Amino acid sequence: MYKLIQIELYKIFRRPRTYIAFAAVFSLITIIQFGLKMDGKTYADFMMKDLSSSITIEGNILNGYLVCYIMLQLLLVHVPLLIALIAADMISGEANMGTLRIMLTKPISRTQFMLAKFIASSVYTLLLLVWLAILALFVSMYIFGTDDLFLMKSSYVVLLKNGDIFWRYVGAFCFAAVAMLTVAALGFLLSVFAENSIGPIVATMSVIIFFTILSTLNIPIFNAIKPYLFTTHMNDWKEFFDIQVTENNEAIIGSIQKPEKIINSILVLLLHIVGFVTAAILVFKKKDILS
Amino acid sequence: MQSVIQVSGLTKQFNNFTAVNDLSFSVNKGDVYGFLGQNGAGKSTTIRMLLTLIEPTAGNIELFGMNLKTHRKEILQQVGAVVEKPDVYKYLSAYQNVALFAKLSGITVNKTVIMNQLEMVGLAQRANDTVKTFSQGMKQRLGIAIALVHNPQLIVLDEPTNGLDPQGIADIRNLILRLSREMGKTVVVSSHLLSEIEQVATRLLIIDKGKKLIEGAANELFDPSQTIVELTAVDNNDALLRLQNSQWASNLQPQRQQSILLKLHKHQIPQLHKDLVALDIAVLSLQPRHSLEDYFLQITSGNQHVQAYTN
Repeated sequence: MYKLIQIELYKIFRRPRTYIAFAAVFSLITIIQFGLKMDGKTYADFMMKDLSSSITIEGNILNGYLVCYIMLQLLLVHVPLLIALIAADMISGEANMGTLRIMLTKPISRTQFMLAKFIASSVYTLLLLVWLAILALFVSMYIFGTDDLFLMKSSYVVLLKNGDIFWRYVGAFCFAAVAMLTVAALGFLLSVFAENSIGPIVATMSVIIFFTILSTLNIPIFNAIKPYLFTTHMNDWKEFFDIQVTENNEAIIGSIQKPEKIINSILVLLLHIVGFVTAAILVFKKKDILS
Repeated sequence: MQSVIQVSGLTKQFNNFTAVNDLSFSVNKGDVYGFLGQNGAGKSTTIRMLLTLIEPTAGNIELFGMNLKTHRKEILQQVGAVVEKPDVYKYLSAYQNVALFAKLSGITVNKTVIMNQLEMVGLAQRANDTVKTFSQGMKQRLGIAIALVHNPQLIVLDEPTNGLDPQGIADIRNLILRLSREMGKTVVVSSHLLSEIEQVATRLLIIDKGKKLIEGAANELFDPSQTIVELTAVDNNDALLRLQNSQWASNLQPQRQQSILLKLHKHQIPQLHKDLVALDIAVLSLQPRHSLEDYFLQITSGNQHVQAYTN
C-alpha cells in the first residue's frame, strides 16, 4: 500500500498540471499582498467608514492576520477548482490516457488502488493548503507585521488580541483541510464514472456551485436539507474567529463562540468524505475497464 | 502437458448484447496461442476477462491451476500483458515507465535489469526521452518491455503489431518466438494480421460472435492440400506461359500482375522447385501465402469481413 501511494504521488508531482494550482495560488496572493501594501490604508478606511465616528482604533489594523483573513475569504471559494483539477482527474485521467488498463493488470487490488489514489490526492490537497498558509499567513505576517485582529461581522465587531490569533489560524486551516478533502472526495467519486478529464472537473464544480446556491438560499422549503449539504459547512472555518464574551461584554481569551458548530460541521464533512470514497471504491470494484 | 490457462463456460453480456458466449479453451505451458476472430468477435473482451479488467457474467477462469477470482494477486504476478494500445505515461521517460510498472508488479529491479529490457526491445538509446516524443511503434515496444520486466510466465499480447511498420512487425514476431522457444514462456497473442499468427502460433483458437469455432494445434488445422504458393519470376508472363504448358497448369489460380499463384499440396512444393528449374524459369521468390487466412475465411460465416482480412 505504501509503495502504491509513493507511485501515485510520484505520478502527481511529475505532471506539469499539478503545479498550475501552486502557481495560481502564488500569483493571486502576491497580487493581493502587493495591492494591500500599496493602497492598504484606503482599503482599511473603507472597511471602517461606518465605525470611524463611534470607535477609535489605535495600532496597525491592516496587519498580517487581517490580510490572511481577507485572503482566506477570497481564496477558499476558488481553491476547490484547483483541487478538482487533480482529484477529479485521478481515475478518469488514467482511463483517458489508457493507463488504467495496464495499471489494473498488475497484482494490486482495486480497493488498494483506489485508496492509494485518494490518499495521494489528499496529500496534494493538504500541500496546496500548506502552500496557501505559508503565503497567506506567514508571508503576510512578515510583510505587514502582527497586531490585534479586528473583524466586522454582520451585526457586531470582533477584536482578537494579538496573542490569541495564531492558534485560531491553525484551527481554521485544519478545518479548511477537511472541507477541501470533501471536495477532493467528491471529485474522486465523479472521476470513476468518466473516461475523460474535463467531465468530472466540470461536474465537481457544478455540484459545488449548485449546493452552495441551495445552502445560501433563504427559502423555507430548502432549510430542511441545508444541514445535510456539505457546502453549508465548508465556510465554518470562520467560527474560529468568533469569541465568547462575559456578561460585561469582555472577550474571553482562548474561547470560541460556537465550538459545537465547528465539531458538527467537521463531522458532517467527514461523513461526506467517507461516503464519497466508499461509493467510489464500490463502483470502481464492479466497473468493467473498457477504455 | 501442464495447462496454464483453463477457461470454461465463459460468458460476458453487456446489457442485451452477448460479447462472449459459453467459451471454453485451454492453453498449455510453452504454447504460442493464437487467438483469432473477426472484429467484434469477442477477442479483446475475452483477453480483458483473463486479466480481470472485465468481470465475466458467467464461467470459470483458472490460470496456473488457480481460480482467477480468488487468487488474482498471485496469478497476475506471473502475467505480463499489452492490451490493445500500449498506453503509458507520456510525461515520463521510457526508463521511468518501466521502473514504475516493475514496482507495481511487486518486484525490485535495478538499473541494469531495466536497461536490459529496453535493450531487448531496441529502446535503450531512448531510455531517458519522454514517451510523448515516441512513435506508435516505439510505444508498442515499450509496452512489451513493461509487460516483460517482472519476468512473467504468461504473456498476453492483444494486437501487438498494431501500428508497426514491417520491420517492427518482424521484430515482434521474432520476440514472440524467442520468448517461447528460448525462454519457455507461454504466449497468448491475438492479431488481425492472420499471417503473423500463422508464423508464430503453435495452437489456435478461432472465435466468431463470441463463440468458439475451433481450437487446436496450428499444424493440424490447415488443410495441407489447399496450400497457396506465390511465385514471382523475373518475367511473370513468360513464366505463366511455361507453367500453363506444364503439369502444373491445373494448379494455377486466377492471376495477379505481380506474381503467379498456385494451389497445391504442401508436399508438392519441393517438386515445384525442381520443375521451375527444369522449365528454365528465373525465380525471384517462391513462398506459401495466407493458408491460415484461407482457412479462417472458410470456417467463419461472414463474407462481409473478407476484405478486411485480406487487405
